[in-house]
Amino acid sequence: MITIIQVLMILFALFAWSRAALRLKDKSIRITEFIFWSVLWASLITFSVSPALLQFLSSVLGIQRATDLAVYVSIIVLFYLMFRIYVKVDKQGQEITQVVRNVALKNNLYVKKKNKK
Amino acid sequence: MKLFIVIAAYNEEKSILKVISDLKKAGYKNIVVVDDGSKDNTYTVLKKSGVHLLHHIINRGQGAALKTGIDYALMNGADIIVTFDADGQHRVEDIPAMTNPIITKECDATIGSRFLKKTKMPLLRKITLKIGVIIMWLFYGVKMTDAHNGFRAFSREAAKKINITSDRMEHASQIIEEIYRKKIKYKEIPVIIRYTDYSMEKGHGGIRQACSVFGRMFLRKLLR
Repeated sequence: MITIIQVLMILFALFAWSRAALRLKDKSIRITEFIFWSVLWASLITFSVSPALLQFLSSVLGIQRATDLAVYVSIIVLFYLMFRIYVKVDKQGQEITQVVRNVALKNNLYVKKKNKK
Repeated sequence: MKLFIVIAAYNEEKSILKVISDLKKAGYKNIVVVDDGSKDNTYTVLKKSGVHLLHHIINRGQGAALKTGIDYALMNGADIIVTFDADGQHRVEDIPAMTNPIITKECDATIGSRFLKKTKMPLLRKITLKIGVIIMWLFYGVKMTDAHNGFRAFSREAAKKINITSDRMEHASQIIEEIYRKKIKYKEIPVIIRYTDYSMEKGHGGIRQACSVFGRMFLRKLLR
């Protein structure tokens, strides 16, 4: 018997997966990123369809409750994603600074005044 | 020897002209001021001051502004570059002590230290700075008395080697890290920092800022 939460999780995973596919199609993400998201959403669908599999996996890993394993994995994935976002934001910040710097060096008043003379 | 003074200024309309006038009176001609996207009239008041004026169209942080100023100084043939604060905390009369060891080739970088001379400072700031010193020691094994002093001098070679990628306040630790990693010969020079109501109001060195600097330092270490 499939529960409502299982249906909702499958639908959400399918929706999120389709978004990732669209991002890949318009080349916003790389193939490696698409694979990462595919593994994540495919796992969610698999465990939603068959919770027994999650139960089996958790017992193999020495965790009593399947939900505990899901929570642990979620936290790890979230931390990893946060780290990736930090790296990306930091890189973008550096790029913005470089643009601002180039504009400043190009438009400095001292050289402009000198050239006028 | 061509000496450039580099100043990063953010919302310093009240103090910057006095700092520049003091520097000019002392005979320093090559003054580079980087207005870091100030929201007040810093840029406007500087337009007629006769300094090398650079303008960040948006605020990018003190580290970013200093790097812009240092790049500009290097492009214009600087032999020695001094970084100086815009809020009047640093004393012009301390500049020769900072540059002399570089002129005599004793070292390639000098870092000002407020703990080598008796300086009156608020206790909280003293504690924060000392924690900074301990962190620098733990992270990089660098033993300094004052790891976050904005008063520094570099030879041309040292300035070229030091790569500042930290835009915000953590650039101070990054400079020390770069000096250590690139084996640049440095010396700490006793300087006096003037703690005025104005400079305190600007709020550099608060606990919140210290935590943010530490967090970014940690992440930078993690990314390397």
